[in-house]
Amino acid sequence: MADTRTTGVPANVTQGSQTKGGIGESTLRPDGTLKVTGEFAYSSDMWHEDMLWGQILRSTVAHAEIVSIDTSEALATSGVYAVLTYDDLPTDVKNYGLEIQDTPVLAHGKVRHHGEPVALVAADHPETARRAAAKIKVEYRELPVITDEASATAPDAILVHEGRDDHHAGHVPHPNIVHRQPIIRGNADEAAERADVIVKGEYTFGMQDQAFLGPESGLAVPSEDGGVDLYVATQWLHSDLKQIAPVLGLPEEKVRMTLSGVGGAFGGREDLSMQIHACLLALRTGKPVKIVYNRFESFFGHVHRHPAKLYYEHGATKDGKLTHMKCKIVLDGGAYASASPAVVGNASSLSVGPYVVDDVDIEAYALYTNNPPCGAMRGFGAVQACFAYEAQMDKVADELGMDRIAFRQLNAMEQGTIMPTGQVVDSPAPVAELLRRVKAMPMPPERQWEDSEGADVRQLPGGLSNTTHGEGVVRGVGYAVGIKNVGFSEGFDDYSTAKVRMEVIGGEPVVTVHTAMAEVGQGGVTVHAQIARTELGVGQVTIHPADTQVGSAGSTSASRQTYVTGGAVKNACELVREKVLEIGRRKLGTYHPAWATAELLLEGGKVVTDGGEVLADLADVLEDEVVEIEEEWRHRPTVAFDLKTGQGDGHVQYSFAAHRAVVEVDTELGLVKVVELACAQDVGKALNPLSVVGQIQGGTTQGLGVAVMEEIIVDPKTAKVRNPSFTDYLIPTILDTPTIPVDVLELADEHAPYGLRGIGEAPTLSSTPAVLAAIRNATGLALDRTPVRPEHLTGTVPA
Amino acid sequence: MRVNFTVNGRKQEADDVWEGESLLYVLRERLGLPGSKNACEQGECGSCTVRLDGVPVCSCLVAAGQAEGREVVTVEGLADFAKNRACGGHDGEGKGGACGTTLQEAQGWSAKGTDSQTGEGGELSPIQQAFIDAGAVQCGFCTPGLLVAADEMLERNANPSDADIREALSGNLCRCTGYEKIMDAVRLAAARQSETASSQGV
Repeated sequence: MADTRTTGVPANVTQGSQTKGGIGESTLRPDGTLKVTGEFAYSSDMWHEDMLWGQILRSTVAHAEIVSIDTSEALATSGVYAVLTYDDLPTDVKNYGLEIQDTPVLAHGKVRHHGEPVALVAADHPETARRAAAKIKVEYRELPVITDEASATAPDAILVHEGRDDHHAGHVPHPNIVHRQPIIRGNADEAAERADVIVKGEYTFGMQDQAFLGPESGLAVPSEDGGVDLYVATQWLHSDLKQIAPVLGLPEEKVRMTLSGVGGAFGGREDLSMQIHACLLALRTGKPVKIVYNRFESFFGHVHRHPAKLYYEHGATKDGKLTHMKCKIVLDGGAYASASPAVVGNASSLSVGPYVVDDVDIEAYALYTNNPPCGAMRGFGAVQACFAYEAQMDKVADELGMDRIAFRQLNAMEQGTIMPTGQVVDSPAPVAELLRRVKAMPMPPERQWEDSEGADVRQLPGGLSNTTHGEGVVRGVGYAVGIKNVGFSEGFDDYSTAKVRMEVIGGEPVVTVHTAMAEVGQGGVTVHAQIARTELGVGQVTIHPADTQVGSAGSTSASRQTYVTGGAVKNACELVREKVLEIGRRKLGTYHPAWATAELLLEGGKVVTDGGEVLADLADVLEDEVVEIEEEWRHRPTVAFDLKTGQGDGHVQYSFAAHRAVVEVDTELGLVKVVELACAQDVGKALNPLSVVGQIQGGTTQGLGVAVMEEIIVDPKTAKVRNPSFTDYLIPTILDTPTIPVDVLELADEHAPYGLRGIGEAPTLSSTPAVLAAIRNATGLALDRTPVRPEHLTGTVPA
Repeated sequence: MRVNFTVNGRKQEADDVWEGESLLYVLRERLGLPGSKNACEQGECGSCTVRLDGVPVCSCLVAAGQAEGREVVTVEGLADFAKNRACGGHDGEGKGGACGTTLQEAQGWSAKGTDSQTGEGGELSPIQQAFIDAGAVQCGFCTPGLLVAADEMLERNANPSDADIREALSGNLCRCTGYEKIMDAVRLAAARQSETASSQGV
């Protein structure tokens, strides 16, 4: 299906200019050629004369006291230059963390999860480093493991972190709870009395991995001034810098960070991985040190999506109106805090979904356990909630005997709806319309795997395993819709910075855009150039490499970069334009009255009036003058949620997507083939339609993955990870992924640059519950957990 | 040990290779060809796919010593390899870069005069250009392996069905795109290839 687009741009939003390659066009990636020729330098491709290889020794147990560490044999290995443990850390700052500094750079006296870094080795060959690390003798005295809510919150539970003094410690009900956020609005108990039906459900969400393909890696090069240059793949350079420099005992200006090529992120690069370790080894040895995780280590080297237990109760009247919602969402944060507090804030504030429910009683909290640390992943707390509330919506509709879509539309939020936090949704919220659109898309034909010669098994569940030729295969259809916030919330000062420069080179005006934005594949670099062309009317735009020589851009997270750093680029361009026009008025103002009287624009390398009259070439205005402006830009502020009631205008913007899944299930073997996964999403304004559709399809597929295959399995007895490889942790292949028709709606948000809406995460939310609903529809099974695997469909284990 | 083999049409010699090193490691760390990627190093993701005597293989699973005396084509040589095939010099058995274009020349084209906005101006193979045009590249880490695999499929099957494309690329993981734009890119390359063939009366 073609990407149909509807425009609803209000008058106060700038329309695209005449300059080719501006916003709204599907311009191609500036790094595309380098990426298809193999020349794009990813962080694992870095190489330096005389460089060493770093290796991390990780704990083999989940919870233990460290009795002793003997590094002597490792140090004596030929080719080894350094072996470091906690005792070698150079300053008093020995922990780091995004919000709570609870994560040891190297384990001190205790390990709290399987795979925790214990020691570092630098050697002249990666295999030498690996073998030397294996020679380090660590004696552990194992402790009981905390693996779930019951063991974490028992009155006599061992504390994962003794003596907490972080800013959440004072208000949580138990020291093994990182953060708890209740939201109370109206009176759910009273409202429940009006309900004709009440539906309760318990849901389980598995631990998903970001599984970005480019492993954690980078190169640290010691410099003559005692500092270090670090080339690394990350989502936020300045956040890394703030955590790295104190551990090294260096001022921030002596830790110069440059973004190297990033092979995907999806939240998994918000926390530090090898950054400090590589710097420590480089500073100790005086040599450049490269660290590249292999896939096994990558599964231990970054946080995952929080697994969750979700307990929901919805009520509705006979005429289909929701009366109330009560829920408890328990997220397993694992051994260290990472982004858990913010994930809790999202899970609670978005737990009701895109529906109008006036009376709610909500609580969400994250546990400290000895399971792998969990933090940011695309969808960030909203994903788990959406899985549960969409299952509930189907159940309530069924209970009422109503059509599932009609029931959702009847209760759908819209512009003006008040969120459970008391925040008014003050921009378009086309929830009912997205459902209408996704339902209206043509259905894929039945038995499309069949032709005159029989069945093409490649299109059937089981594929080339040749498990069925269509017998036992049942089709199902499911729908879901979700709501995600855009940008950093709860009062965070979520700014970005852009430096924009205009000058004349070779007689032509040229613009350079410099930000610290981490390009992780999403296409921010493409969009920045488009914005500069639209605002400054200059075709030739260069994107400067991202580094810490310019102010912070904030994180490439929370669907925020096009909004926030895009906003910063737009703002800096506007300031440059004013300056250029000022120069023009000064130099050329006397030649034409329009310089003083008309609205002036920059288009096609010229200064023109709003009536289209050309006043001057930019080259003649600037001559040898350079205009360069670096400026911070902020979206409107948010406030923290009240710790008792959850009230507060905590979010910047909301983003909505809806999915329809069509699946075919081999009911005898429990094999699922997703036949089609259609999506309708409101994007506000598609700055680059090709990239927008790419984001929606990619996010949709990650949602499919956690519906039917993706889960990190942690042994409940030992808290050890059982499947840290792409052999055992499966992500969708091209055979698992169906066609994904996309219907893009553009209803402008008047608060946002160009009316745009952050888009990266919303499609990851509703994809999973849509697939689950379709499988339920095909099989008649309850399926209250995700992912569903064959054993859940064949009755081998209950689900 | 020393390993001698041909990479992208050029004789290469790697010294001091430890016996446990993979072909991928030697390409990336000893020959300065990091285009083949290291996403899993266990043969599951296909990001390291190269042609070994014409056959697509995961170079992470090939011991460097197994490449002795053989011909390897990597993404860095793909444009020349495809050009050579198009100009009739290719016999379908992986004589990569046998037109005589050196690696440096092969790399030279991408550095010169490429329009950074559109990717136009460089000399790319049809599948490389199609990946850019169709939006099949996001983070790009899977791209080199997919390009080598897709090029090999189009060599065998000029007019693939969607099911053929999916089957041929099922060993290459992509985490960003959801594969839709990759499907578009391969269809586009196939269509352009058949247009070229028909305009040349083939």
